Amino acid sequence: MAVVENLPSPTTERPIGFGRLKRKEDARFIRGQGTYLDDIELPGMVHGAILRSPYAHARIVSIDTSAALAHPNVAAVVTAKDLETLGLAWMPTISYDTQAVLAGDKVRFQGQEVAFVIATDEYSANDALSLIDVEYEPLPAVVNARKALDPDAPLIRDDKAGQRDNVASPTWEAGDEEATERAFAEADTVVSRDIIYPRCHPAPLETCGIIADFNPETGQLDIYNGNQAPHAHRTVYAHVAGLAEHMIRIRCQDIGGGFGNKVPVYPGYVCAIAGSIVAGVPVKWVENRSENLMSTGFARDYVMHGEICSKGGRITGLRVDVIADHGAFDSTAQPTKFPAGFFHIVCGSYDLEASHVKVKAVYTNKAPGGVAYRCSFRITEAVYLVERMVDALALEMEADPIDLRMRSFIAPEQFPYETTTGWTYDSGEYAETMRVAMDLAGYEDLRREQAEKRARGELMGIGVSFFTEGVGAGPRKHMDILGLAMNDGADLRVHPSGKAVVSISCQTQGQGHETTFAQIVAEELGIPPEDVEVRHGDTDKSPYGLGTYGSRSTPVSGGAVAVVSRKVRDKARLIAATMLETRPEDLAWEKGRWYVKGDPEKGAMIEEIAERAYSGDAMPAELEGGLDAQVIYDPPNLTYPYGAYIAVVDIDPDTAQVTVRRFIAVDDCGVRINPMVVDGQIHGGLAEGIGIALMELLSFDEEGNCLNSSFMDYLIPTALETPDFELGETVTPCPHHPLGAKGVGESPNVGSPPAIVNAVIDALHVTHGVDHIDMPCTPARVWAAMQGRPEPPQ
Amino acid sequence: MQTPAPFEYERATSVDGAIEALQRLGSEARIVAGGHSLLPMMKLRLANPKHLIDINELAELAYIREDDGEVRIGALTRHVDLQESELLARHFPLFRDAEDVIADPVVRNRGTIGGSLCQADAAEDLSSVCSAAKARVVIRGTDGERVVGMEDFHVGPFMTAVGAGEVLTEVRLPLRPGAGSAHEKVERRAGDWAIAAASAAVWMEGGVIADAGIALSAVGMTTIHLDRGEELLRGESPSDELFVQAGEIASADCSPSADGRGPVDYKRHLAGVLTQRALRRSAARALKEEA
Amino acid sequence: MHVSMTVNGEQVSREVEPRLLLVHFIRETLGLKGTHWGCDTSNCGACVVLMDGRPVKSCTVLAAMCEGHEIRTVESLEVDGEMDPIQHGFHERHALQCGFCTPGMLMTTRALLDENPNPSEEEIRTAISGGICRCTGYKNIVSAVRWAAEHEAAARQEA
Repeated sequence: MAVVENLPSPTTERPIGFGRLKRKEDARFIRGQGTYLDDIELPGMVHGAILRSPYAHARIVSIDTSAALAHPNVAAVVTAKDLETLGLAWMPTISYDTQAVLAGDKVRFQGQEVAFVIATDEYSANDALSLIDVEYEPLPAVVNARKALDPDAPLIRDDKAGQRDNVASPTWEAGDEEATERAFAEADTVVSRDIIYPRCHPAPLETCGIIADFNPETGQLDIYNGNQAPHAHRTVYAHVAGLAEHMIRIRCQDIGGGFGNKVPVYPGYVCAIAGSIVAGVPVKWVENRSENLMSTGFARDYVMHGEICSKGGRITGLRVDVIADHGAFDSTAQPTKFPAGFFHIVCGSYDLEASHVKVKAVYTNKAPGGVAYRCSFRITEAVYLVERMVDALALEMEADPIDLRMRSFIAPEQFPYETTTGWTYDSGEYAETMRVAMDLAGYEDLRREQAEKRARGELMGIGVSFFTEGVGAGPRKHMDILGLAMNDGADLRVHPSGKAVVSISCQTQGQGHETTFAQIVAEELGIPPEDVEVRHGDTDKSPYGLGTYGSRSTPVSGGAVAVVSRKVRDKARLIAATMLETRPEDLAWEKGRWYVKGDPEKGAMIEEIAERAYSGDAMPAELEGGLDAQVIYDPPNLTYPYGAYIAVVDIDPDTAQVTVRRFIAVDDCGVRINPMVVDGQIHGGLAEGIGIALMELLSFDEEGNCLNSSFMDYLIPTALETPDFELGETVTPCPHHPLGAKGVGESPNVGSPPAIVNAVIDALHVTHGVDHIDMPCTPARVWAAMQGRPEPPQ
Repeated sequence: MQTPAPFEYERATSVDGAIEALQRLGSEARIVAGGHSLLPMMKLRLANPKHLIDINELAELAYIREDDGEVRIGALTRHVDLQESELLARHFPLFRDAEDVIADPVVRNRGTIGGSLCQADAAEDLSSVCSAAKARVVIRGTDGERVVGMEDFHVGPFMTAVGAGEVLTEVRLPLRPGAGSAHEKVERRAGDWAIAAASAAVWMEGGVIADAGIALSAVGMTTIHLDRGEELLRGESPSDELFVQAGEIASADCSPSADGRGPVDYKRHLAGVLTQRALRRSAARALKEEA
Repeated sequence: MHVSMTVNGEQVSREVEPRLLLVHFIRETLGLKGTHWGCDTSNCGACVVLMDGRPVKSCTVLAAMCEGHEIRTVESLEVDGEMDPIQHGFHERHALQCGFCTPGMLMTTRALLDENPNPSEEEIRTAISGGICRCTGYKNIVSAVRWAAEHEAAARQEA
């Protein structure tokens, strides 16, 4: 690993442990020496490319690969027929459905995989695609989730025995229907809204790809892949390919962004693996951007009907009915017992009397997916719904949106708080966080400015959102994915030199784990972070765990590393007692050192203890030599970060362009290991929220053609659309986490879209009577709303 | 990544050499300059020329100068140079307005005015800019040069007056006194194509608009020349009411299509709003009331 | 066909297909993997390198077009073990997370500072508007460029 020589040493400038430590991993990235998937070349490697369906729904009549096979640089063309002989034409999904690896009978979404070409180089592989001749018989397609439930809608999953409609899974319910009915019956005010969270895409800057390298002599399958859950993938491949897990090694090196896009197992991966097993050479497949947008795991696509009520000025009830568009195959990722993810946290940050939630998943002729893009397992959808509903209620009640929230918040003394849908929120001082946001924003001044501007015909909006989310899945008794408990391991070895290696099972894609996890060890043991190597991403060298998504790294792996560090510290205590010829209970700890209580000069530093642990000198009776420990951490609960966000927008009254002038975000994620890293995560998520609120959309025409399959039409914010974010913080420790920390990576994407949409409506309500608009708030759609003709997105 | 199909490649060493190559290689040959329209299309396999003739080394085609009562721009002049030209900013500020919002700064280092005009995408900002500025373009072929007015340049969607075996070499902008111009564009995000854009130029004489040029991008099959709007303005004093009327003509006379950027009514509305804004700024600049 | 150009100060000559894109010439032919790619339509800026000192999207330039020209990639920023101030700035101000857009951003901002040693926030945001970052929200990238600008100005003062 590159050592940066001419940068200042962190320990001379920063405290050991928690703090704004500059990142260790920067050294290679700022030199352009990261190792991303497409950077890797292996001897004898060949290249794969995928032929994809132009139709959203069609029978495959014939596939003629002869011209492609005749291309001098083409080694093979694989179709479903070939995969059938290997038992790989279909693969299991995380949602207990099956997904076609290569389409055999039918194609079910535009962009679906139909054939896999293997050639000597990428250019030739791409050339060969146009030489494959597929005859299709187009079928009517359905891309609207509501229409997919019509009795005469085309049947998409006729491959599933007994499937007679496009319902993907039974309706999932949470909460209490009767109690909610009562709350609404007794309410002073009731408001309802149809709210859509449109289909969007995480679109990390690096697309998905894989190198599969099967060694026919040893039977070892080596995989290089940027994926967010390497151990889980290994288990899936062992199952699908019929190989022993210990014969599969997955190495995730540097990953150019994940955001949930790199959680699923994609058909391209299975094709590359099959190709390598058959051909005995490494096969590389890297998708292009169109493929990424058209076929990999999209996000959201929830059609929601919400109702909210209040009594005595406080929010009392909420009910939500959702149609969830899962695309052509159900491949969403979530814990088994929660098929709608954590959507039922839609009860929000409020002390409700009752709530009730129903979610029905449907198939449509679109790419499979739904759980992605910093969603915390559908919490983005839930918070969007509740925060939009609260604002709709505020409009109806003619109440200030912040006042209504403050009056309805769960109070600090009510924690741990059991919600009406079964969550136990751990800690929170909501009003305080909201006040910090108001101060940072200068809320009163903003309202004054808004009034002045309105008098001059200028449109300015102030939008608020307050969210509570649950991250860090999760306790093994409640949470598994495909039967694998959502626990994570950590191994810590301190070497004789006093330097350490900590191996973790989560998987960074930019979150700074090489630094932050070293900081945890540093905080617990006093070994400087630059002397702690963080190992991850190699299934041969890291403990089993479920990876990084759902903001679980700090809550679960962070907990594991804290616990394993303390185990090592406890061992060190025993060794120190032997070294100092005293009893363990006579020792006290200061960072990096056990010392004798009452005689502080007499002590042993962790480095000295480490040296002793490997030496021939006497060890305590209870310990073998060495200084290491290993844990699997089972979190007792999720952690519940929260935040108060305020967006300030200006809308051009003639062109309807929306500018986000300011964005104030106050997050409470408990104790912050590295506030610099936390701030960076929040900046990034806020930019994504702006994208979703204003411009990101995967839309389809009636025939199922994807209209946003390149970055020309799938628009992502640049530096010109994002303001200079203003961040604040409150710190309310998590009572059950070893460090008091909560997850935070997804919070900004959870909290920001409703704040922005609330701001847009706030700008237009008085002057134009707008009381709802769906995302994305593009100029055309905002203008239509201003004309009194808001339309849902396609 | 998506990659182009194979092709043959030649590097032109002179304009006449490029013309000769076009003649020799026929209809399967294309000129490539900045390449930021052609190469993406080739990567997506929407365009598959068998021969590319690279004219990027023809430095003699990159210039912005004043000559014989005109500002003359070589076809190979890059967007960034159009944006930074003080000569152009002084006489035709609508160029800088447009360049500030054409693509992004990195793309502007490669794309050229010749390439933009010849691509003839109806949403191309420089097409409406040159139309409003009453530009004429010089087209050279084996028979020599001819000069074509912008009103005759755009023949249809992605089609121009440049014939097979011909090359656009120069854009000529007439210098007349009392000039003011502006370009207004609305896009969904920085760097995106226009949802609608309006270019305007006025030439004032004695407090009255002696001549006007108005052209619209992205609201028709090709650039819209707003003849009726120009007629309305000639001989009139500038006023907000006048510009509102011109805007109404813009809304009425354009023919936008519905697409991902917006529906027809919104685009018509924008055509009107942006025409007004562009005229207001043009007049203010002509009267030296605004930078 | 044959193509010759200067890459990071060294003359290189190779046999290439006419259709070989500069980004692939850099990555595959020359083995310089620091330059990345992220889209098909010249939008994302991950592939930005300097051509004759100006940022260009190497995915939209043919290697053949670079005959006789000077190309600089991210690998050229560190000289004799000394990193460029812009690299220091990105590290100091946490202007990168996954690192994938970073080489393109570094080259774009290096060229900006070469032309405009004291850019305003708006000028920085405009200069990098041809590139997409999904991780940082751009705020720290702006801050990093300001750091580099101030440090370069201070170094010039001392010189």
